[in-house]
Amino acid sequence: MKRYLPFIIVALVGLLAVGGGAFLYRAKRSANPTPKISKTETLPSGESIHALGPADAAVTLEEFGDFQCPPCGVLSEPINQLQKQYNLRVIYRNFPLAIHAHAKEAAFAAEAAARQGRFWQMHDLLYREQAVWSKSTDARALFNAYAGMLQLDLGRFKEDMDSSDVQQQVENDQQRGAEIGVKTTPTIFLNNKVVPSKQISPDELPGMVEAAVKKAKPSS
Amino acid sequence: MKSREDQSRRLAMGRSRIQTIFYSAAALISLVGLAEATYLTVVFLSGETAVCGGSPDCFQVLGSSYAKIGGIPVSGLGALAYFSAFTFATFAGFGYGHARRFFAWTVIVMFGMTLWLLFVQAFRLHAFCRYCLFSAALVFLLTGLLVARPVAETEKT
Repeated sequence: MKRYLPFIIVALVGLLAVGGGAFLYRAKRSANPTPKISKTETLPSGESIHALGPADAAVTLEEFGDFQCPPCGVLSEPINQLQKQYNLRVIYRNFPLAIHAHAKEAAFAAEAAARQGRFWQMHDLLYREQAVWSKSTDARALFNAYAGMLQLDLGRFKEDMDSSDVQQQVENDQQRGAEIGVKTTPTIFLNNKVVPSKQISPDELPGMVEAAVKKAKPSS
Repeated sequence: MKSREDQSRRLAMGRSRIQTIFYSAAALISLVGLAEATYLTVVFLSGETAVCGGSPDCFQVLGSSYAKIGGIPVSGLGALAYFSAFTFATFAGFGYGHARRFFAWTVIVMFGMTLWLLFVQAFRLHAFCRYCLFSAALVFLLTGLLVARPVAETEKT
């Protein structure tokens, strides 16, 4: 028996490592079942948007956000949950405020990630790590690192971040915001109706969304 | 004459016991490294971003081009290396002579790779990742054990 013991130990550890890894992998995949591959949609008007959820959803939530704005960061995860819960259509628009030193660069990073189908992953990561890169003296290096973590083509990402296309996209979003009266972030529209700023909080927003869903589907 | 034989037999038994302890310790350290490297590989494969506890340095390292070799995550190679080290240490602990040599070579390669990764972090990325430093500490421990272990008679040839 002693002769076979090392074989048994090694086989057990090997199985445990592979089994444990597979279990962890499945757990992580089921925690985030639908990788949010974002195709930039082009509206009939010609403008490009980043949207989650079906185009014919009963309720559309349009957010004008700034990646460096703390209240936007606080709302990021609740909005993700509301999107899943009510199958909302969520549209994110960049509205970097001039008071935030790295906001514009962060918006460029998200747009550059969008060019490789990873807008929402970069969106979530930028909000999750907001406290870190906001204080950094070299935010660009961190954005590059985030791109690496998201397994993007780094060379292309860097090129896209500096491209006029990406910068134009951010400007277009800002322009649209300005046209409809957006002055601060986060500004949220539910089916094209602005949500009063006092009600934009993780506590109150779910109620507003639920009311909008009920209003859109009165029979259900 | 007989007492001299007894003495050398006792000496050999003592050495073998110490070797078993050394290789058991090496196997345990490799096991810890295997768990860490497996975790990082799973994080990489699941497309998730590692939680670095708010450390920008960690992101900079794990997100760098040095974190992959030909598309394969370095953590995956690390997991393979730790598993090899564990396997050879286990067999060496059970007295397999060849396993001792394989264990020594595996640890030497891991040590070299660790030095390279520390160099990259210090001089190319100017950032250190906690996971990588922990792994480096484990490899240094393995190297220390390798250097300090008593050499068996069979290895001297």
